[in-house]
Amino acid sequence: MTTLPTTEGTPAPTGSDPFLSVRDLHVRFSTEDGIVKAVDGLSFDLERGQTLGIVGESGSGKSVTNLAVLGLHNPKSTEISGEIHLDGQQLTGAREKTLEKLRGNKMAMIFQDALTALSPYYTVGRQIAEPYMKHTGASKREGRQRAIEMLTKVGIPQPNLRVDDYPHQFSGGMRQRAMIAMALVCNPELLIADEPTTALDVTVQAQILDLLKDLQQEFGSAIILITHDLGVVADTADDLLVMYAGRAVERGSVKEILTQPQHPYTWGLLSSMPRLSSDVNEALHPIPGSPPSLLNPPSGCAFHPRCAFTAEVAGGLCTEKRPALPDGRAAACHLGAEQRQTFFTEQIKPRLG
Amino acid sequence: MLPFLFRRTFGAIVTLILLSAVTFFVFFAVGDPALMACGKNCTADNVALIHQNLGLDKPLPTQYWDFLSGIFVGRDYSIGHCSAPCFGYSFATKQDVWATMVDRLPTTASLALGGAVAFLVIGIGAGLLAAWKRGTFLDKAVTSVSMILSSVQIYILGPIVLGIFVYSGVMDSPKYVDLTSNPAGWFMGLLLPWLVMSTIFTAQYTRMSRSTMIEQLQEEHVRTAKAKGMPARYVFLRYAWRGSLIPIVTILGMDLSALFGGAMITEFTFSLAGIGRLAIDSVITLDLPMVLGVMLFSAALILVFNIIVDAAYAFIDPRVRLS
Repeated sequence: MTTLPTTEGTPAPTGSDPFLSVRDLHVRFSTEDGIVKAVDGLSFDLERGQTLGIVGESGSGKSVTNLAVLGLHNPKSTEISGEIHLDGQQLTGAREKTLEKLRGNKMAMIFQDALTALSPYYTVGRQIAEPYMKHTGASKREGRQRAIEMLTKVGIPQPNLRVDDYPHQFSGGMRQRAMIAMALVCNPELLIADEPTTALDVTVQAQILDLLKDLQQEFGSAIILITHDLGVVADTADDLLVMYAGRAVERGSVKEILTQPQHPYTWGLLSSMPRLSSDVNEALHPIPGSPPSLLNPPSGCAFHPRCAFTAEVAGGLCTEKRPALPDGRAAACHLGAEQRQTFFTEQIKPRLG
Repeated sequence: MLPFLFRRTFGAIVTLILLSAVTFFVFFAVGDPALMACGKNCTADNVALIHQNLGLDKPLPTQYWDFLSGIFVGRDYSIGHCSAPCFGYSFATKQDVWATMVDRLPTTASLALGGAVAFLVIGIGAGLLAAWKRGTFLDKAVTSVSMILSSVQIYILGPIVLGIFVYSGVMDSPKYVDLTSNPAGWFMGLLLPWLVMSTIFTAQYTRMSRSTMIEQLQEEHVRTAKAKGMPARYVFLRYAWRGSLIPIVTILGMDLSALFGGAMITEFTFSLAGIGRLAIDSVITLDLPMVLGVMLFSAALILVFNIIVDAAYAFIDPRVRLS
């Protein structure tokens, strides 16, 4: 008998309505092989001026969640249920026209690979100016001025010349900056950055993250930072959501999760990360196995086939019952609080150095 | 851009020279052209006279040189001066080859260009519509009809159309009417040939533009445009369509010679006197100067259009413009 809690616990209440609130979000794709449950009951909140990091392996539903916020899934092959509220406005099931007015305006997205995410056929300036002209009714000339202004802001040298360049004439880091300029052109209140630095080398990565922080301070935007790199969230995000197989498995502040992680999956993510302070000869500890198929997810806790602590839970609960994610700072795991504390201090912490 | 055009033009000229040499030697070096020029009642004296008139008694390279230079500076025959561009005189009709081709060109040009416009507009239009309405009844109908039509050849469709529209008296028999003096007559006279010729192309371009559009719509930069809040129609027509142009232009470039072949068959089907018809007739009657002229002329046309198509890439794709 497998019991599935229908809803996850909610984040700690903050008094008033949060700026972005996602409740019990389900995203399902119908494919030839069956239904893929890409996101399976996800809830989170985000306030203005805050940054939420979402981490997890590829295929854990990070990007799918955020495409759902923008309403970018193909409605013919996708079934979305649950609630997404942005500043009190319901987004799931909203009309396409309504979403069009919000996209690029109130909410914007930075995509991972700027080379493929920018059109090769139009100049960088035109692509930056387009949403500005559409949402503010600005003229072509004003749009171009705005594009130059944005390129200056993201640190492109000679912006009044580069504005007429095509994306292939930009370097990788500059393209990503142009992408950010495009997302920020209408001063969005919600900015979703989907692995904005994955394709870049570390120095450029740091510059881009600094840029995002600066812009957040200037405009007070809320940022969702999707990444599989815990190093990136460590000094950028305020709160953190760890996702596995389309669900949140741990929630808390960045500090809490990085210093006192509670879920065995989070332990695995942290142990598989190389550290400069540790001995170079010491082996990393990757999580065994690979992410589950979302066509046919494992019974009970989706992480149980890869979890080293399944045997510690009495009665085979891990394979039978899906653990719920309680409210506030929490992890979705059957291990008791004391057990987690013991395992973490005795087995995991020494590895983290 | 300019070096590119220069390079391509140079290549085209080399191709034409090689083609002219091969054709010339195949036709003139094999057998005696004088016998073909002479006609039925041929005497030895006549043959000798023709040899002299056409310069066939000179060595082959000299003959070839005379032929080539005739195209650019004209040529003197014993019967008189043939002004440039001179391709000689037809054996069959004794007419100037160049003048005959120029006379026939409007028919073929109208047929080929009109047909191309028809299949590009109808084919791509239907393809875009099917991609826009993907998965609906309309999409399925367009896809199935184009699947069937893409296997209907000109020589099958031609007689059927003639039977339905012409022999029943609904329409006049297709004919070429001068465009400048009677545009309506020109249009009506060529309507059936255009439709027949472009059917198979239309079907192919429908399927191709539908599939490239669907592919483009899944591109990440198209999704980005949507994420910026651009309206669906704008995303479709600006972003996805722009990317689809490249495969479509590529195929169009490859289809140019097929288009000429199609025009040839269509001229035959509808008894229109164009270059294609001229080519077939002159091959059958072994009218060597005419064969040579038509071959070089049509090869030159195809090469010119190929250069235009290649140049079009640079306008479509800025990444090509620089390299």
